[in-house]
Amino acid sequence: MDFLGISLPSYSFDTVFGSAISGVFLGAIYALVALGLTLIYGVLHIINFAHGSLLMLAMYAVFFLWSGLGVDPYLAMLIVVPGGFCFGYLLQRSVIGRASHGRDEIILLATLGVSIALENFALFAFSANERNVQVPYDFDGIDLGFVYVVWPQVAALAGSLLITAALWAFMKFTDTGKAIRAVAKERQGARLMGINVEHIFAVSFGIGTACVAAAASLLAPTYAVFPQVGYLFVLIAFTVVVLGGMGSFVGALVGGLIIGVTEQIGRLYLGESLGLITISAIFILILLFRPTGLFGQRL
Amino acid sequence: MIDVRTQRIGWAILIAALLAAPFAISSGRWMEFIELTLFAALLGQGWNILGGYGGQYSFGHALFFGTAAYIQALLQFKLGWSPWVTLWFAIAGAVAVGAFVGFLSFRYGLRGSYFALVTLAFAEAFHVLARSLVSVTGGGSGIQLSLNQDPEMAIASFQFTFAGPFLAEAGYYYVILFCLLIGFAVTGWLNHSRFGAQLQAVREDEDAAEALGINAFRVKMRAICLSAAVTSLAGIYYVQKFLFVDPGIAYGPGKSVEALFAAIIGGLGTVIGPLLGSAFIHIVGEFAKETIGAMLGDRPGVDLILFGIILVLILAYMPRGLVGLAEVIWKRLSARKEAGDA
Repeated sequence: MDFLGISLPSYSFDTVFGSAISGVFLGAIYALVALGLTLIYGVLHIINFAHGSLLMLAMYAVFFLWSGLGVDPYLAMLIVVPGGFCFGYLLQRSVIGRASHGRDEIILLATLGVSIALENFALFAFSANERNVQVPYDFDGIDLGFVYVVWPQVAALAGSLLITAALWAFMKFTDTGKAIRAVAKERQGARLMGINVEHIFAVSFGIGTACVAAAASLLAPTYAVFPQVGYLFVLIAFTVVVLGGMGSFVGALVGGLIIGVTEQIGRLYLGESLGLITISAIFILILLFRPTGLFGQRL
Repeated sequence: MIDVRTQRIGWAILIAALLAAPFAISSGRWMEFIELTLFAALLGQGWNILGGYGGQYSFGHALFFGTAAYIQALLQFKLGWSPWVTLWFAIAGAVAVGAFVGFLSFRYGLRGSYFALVTLAFAEAFHVLARSLVSVTGGGSGIQLSLNQDPEMAIASFQFTFAGPFLAEAGYYYVILFCLLIGFAVTGWLNHSRFGAQLQAVREDEDAAEALGINAFRVKMRAICLSAAVTSLAGIYYVQKFLFVDPGIAYGPGKSVEALFAAIIGGLGTVIGPLLGSAFIHIVGEFAKETIGAMLGDRPGVDLILFGIILVLILAYMPRGLVGLAEVIWKRLSARKEAGDA
């Protein structure tokens, strides 16, 4: 095969299709991480640079619950999700909200400061060593014919679908969800209707963090945790969010899947290392040519 | 504002002190400390031109540092060119990258956070390229330049390790000081020139500036090129000093973060800000390593935890940085003095 004068290796359909399928499972993980980010953006218009660091902290929590108390990483969700909500609520209320002065690039810098502090706290407290959660069902899975999928990957895909659906239902049917949507649309109007805007901001940030905590426990069986693990995900999560349209849950899901598949196909054709450039390339192109993303609307 | 006369005296004392430092300070460790401070100040000054004066916050300034460092190292390593020739290519290369990124982002109207994200993505793309194009860049293991051990060739090879007692001690110090003085000159010019005024107008309100007939696109393009040129000096210095570059050093997030820390903590859009910020974080960092490190064992990360917290505190309570704080203190002092005189 020939592409722009560079001869690409040619693969059988099965290999390419297998790559695409494993890309779907990878993409589900990206979508999981991106869901919280897109919620926080949609409501607060904050591009939360600390999102990756929050994921990292939650992964450490899952790891220590497993290594210290023997809690299964999936059961750990019952602890880290409420914990993540509280942490996010307090972080927004006491730190990020105060530093913002309402300018989005200042908020971005404040969240960068938070992420540097958190990441280096992890480096200081837990060292740079990679740690793995080991579960008995680590390598069990099913053979789909083209590709072998382990159960944790299936759980991540199912989890991302469930969480997207749950978030959508929450926003649609609960009073808090309605208040969040009201604040996202019309801040002053919502305030005049008696909605406590600061509280709703912090709740949204808390829910976003709870989502990332859920992602952490779904990731734990397949990914090692180390202080910089968040940085690996944060750029991808931004790409997913921008691609899907900032603030759109369905967009985050579809965007995640697209990025996952593109990355796997890119790795197949361009090699393990250069294949990663497809993510940055998509990110740049979307920002330049369609900053509202696939499902986004101008607010 | 501190009055012009006091400012001039302050600058004269500061520059004289920096020029005289190698003669007054005999401790190698202290000189190294000051050199690193000046290095971060130069990175910060490069960032400040675009971020502080132009209001375009870049999260990927490593692009310009890294591109210059790679060109400086590669042309010497692969083609055996003199470092005094390669440095012009390094500056030109960084400016070209700046023009490319600037053209795309400003042409398509990316502002605020979106500009920050796109620069971050470009830096990451260059990071991946530097790691992957093994035949050109040496991949992840980087490029190691050979050490010149002939004192006769010290100047010609732009390496001062074996350059006789004085240059070996202070050669690199004067190189980084010279680069920083260029950075001061550029930002000083921004304070007083028509272009600088236009740039600050774009920062304050781009639409209003356009309405007044300023071509915001052209102003931002010139700012990003200027910023890239100043930042590239840091890359050239780094390669000549450490004779090494790899993808993480060149394009990793570290340098981008260091640059914006120095500028924001010191004071955005001021000439002295980046140096103040850099000095402050280096002193805090050393102090933290000495005290907390001594208490809890020497582990990495202590200084950066503090830098992150300081950044958030500065953004929350002192948006004008240390320069703003200094001006407030100066005002109080002079008001008290006047009251005493009356």
